[in-house]
Amino acid sequence: MKLATLQRAVARAVMQPLTRSERMKRSAPGGGRMSTYAARYIKPNDRLTSFERLEIYNRQYWLRVLGALAEDFPGLRAVLGGQWFESMCKAYLTECPSRSFTLRNLGARLESWLRQNPSWMRDRQALALDMVRLEWADIEAFDGQAKPPLRSEDLREMQSPQLRLALQPYVQLLELRYPVDDLLLAVKHGEDTADFTSNAIQERKKRSKVRAVAKLEPAQIFLAVHRLDFSVYFRRIEPEDFALLGALRSGKTIERAIEFAFRKSAVPAADRAAFVQHSFQTWATLGWFCRPEEKHARRESPREKGIARNHE
Amino acid sequence: MPENKFNGFTNYGIGIGLRSPHYDHILSRKPVVDWFEIISENFMIDGGRPLHILDQILEQYKVVQHGVSMYFGSAEKPNREHLRRLKELVKRTKTPWLTDHLCWGSVDGRYTHDLLPMPYTFEAARLTARNVREVRDFLEVPIAVENVSSYAEFHVSEMTEWEFLNEVAERSDCGILLDVNNIYVSSQNHSFNPFDYVNSVPAERVAQIHIAGHSKFQKYILDTHDHPVIDPVWKLYERAIQRAGHTATLLEWDDSIPSFQEVHREAKKANRFLADTSLAVAV
Repeated sequence: MKLATLQRAVARAVMQPLTRSERMKRSAPGGGRMSTYAARYIKPNDRLTSFERLEIYNRQYWLRVLGALAEDFPGLRAVLGGQWFESMCKAYLTECPSRSFTLRNLGARLESWLRQNPSWMRDRQALALDMVRLEWADIEAFDGQAKPPLRSEDLREMQSPQLRLALQPYVQLLELRYPVDDLLLAVKHGEDTADFTSNAIQERKKRSKVRAVAKLEPAQIFLAVHRLDFSVYFRRIEPEDFALLGALRSGKTIERAIEFAFRKSAVPAADRAAFVQHSFQTWATLGWFCRPEEKHARRESPREKGIARNHE
Repeated sequence: MPENKFNGFTNYGIGIGLRSPHYDHILSRKPVVDWFEIISENFMIDGGRPLHILDQILEQYKVVQHGVSMYFGSAEKPNREHLRRLKELVKRTKTPWLTDHLCWGSVDGRYTHDLLPMPYTFEAARLTARNVREVRDFLEVPIAVENVSSYAEFHVSEMTEWEFLNEVAERSDCGILLDVNNIYVSSQNHSFNPFDYVNSVPAERVAQIHIAGHSKFQKYILDTHDHPVIDPVWKLYERAIQRAGHTATLLEWDDSIPSFQEVHREAKKANRFLADTSLAVAV
């Protein structure tokens, strides 16, 4: 038997969902009895049948991948409830098994999969989607790339209104329908202290978490998920900030980004200069700006190209 | 003998695995540790705290990279994106040698994130050796393959596990990371004499040794890295270093991780055996 054939067959069995009692299924992938399937490839020994030996790997696989998702998405777990969350994860992983060498990326397709399979979010679709987006942004912000921040001498060069700023890749911008940032922080805080509390206190925390989810009312928020001193923070921002940062990220010039940010703004025209100044000052202090990529730097207006040619 | 081309002609002594619960202790107390082993995949990222911690560790300690998902034994060739990221990390750590497991775990681009046992066939040895060579040539660093704990054996196997390990090592001219705990676990699960295994490994290829604890169940033993090293495993370790000499040794403790001091104390028990082995020769 070819190595590839054997590995494909064993992997199918290892990645096949477990039964409700977390045992290996009696039916094999593609039909037939799993005991026959296992015996085709695996030797029994004096203590374990082929089925039982294969089952060790089957159970370990699900323990590992379900544990990784539970660790990465505690907020979604709180929204959906523990049992439903686990069932949802099994369905997700069955359709979207890991395609990365690292478990860090296991939840990369969860948001898009939930959008295609909304029944897994029960009657909390908007809340669940907000939460999964926030938790994935949390992961991306934690270990995303940090480019050298913009220096003061870089800023001195940037006098032209046609110039652009880039945002640090680790800064994640979210428009959300629920204030899930507070909920996620509450959930994480509960987990952090769980080891040091009695069972009774843990039960109370669990009930209070459920109440917090049940009471959460929709309220549109704009969020920048970023990191400072290597810790991730959720920073609420104004709608104009969100639009401005998004426009800068998309490569718009500072001038156009500001115009875009205030298109539908209720901020009085007289207050906008101070608003922008305060925002830029804050973001610069937080180190969110870096030099734009070359592709943006090269995407200049015809007038600027003319100037460049004249210099040559 | 312990300094060989498979570990970059180094003699590193006793190390422990770098784990996040110990970061604060290591960075604030700066304990004397011969070297740290890192899990490569934890640092194959674009930025953030893990790399910041790693850079601080690298300023003060020697570091060796150990991987868990290269899957030398997969029928398909190594993933290029994986190799590219791994090479970036190799440049950062300047690891004198790099280790990963003699196992498989991915098929058609889908990952199980487990260390699945090999069928011990000549075809598998040939393909595995091809993959080891490709990784070594790409990374330009010596490679040592680690024997895994296993819970299943395949009907198609044509040789013992240690014969398979030797076959791969010879064909690819790679080093061996000899995990004596894994040998013990597999010997209990498959009913072989673990000393036959240790005695059959080419001592001149041993780049590093792993020691660890495990969990015993009613019908099998699971490699859990959540306990101290048991005496039978220390006996295998003693035999391994009688043959290979004063080899770089690392204690793995990955679950229910105790204090840094406790892990370090457990690792340093290896000194009891290393003291008399500076002139060891293979027998």
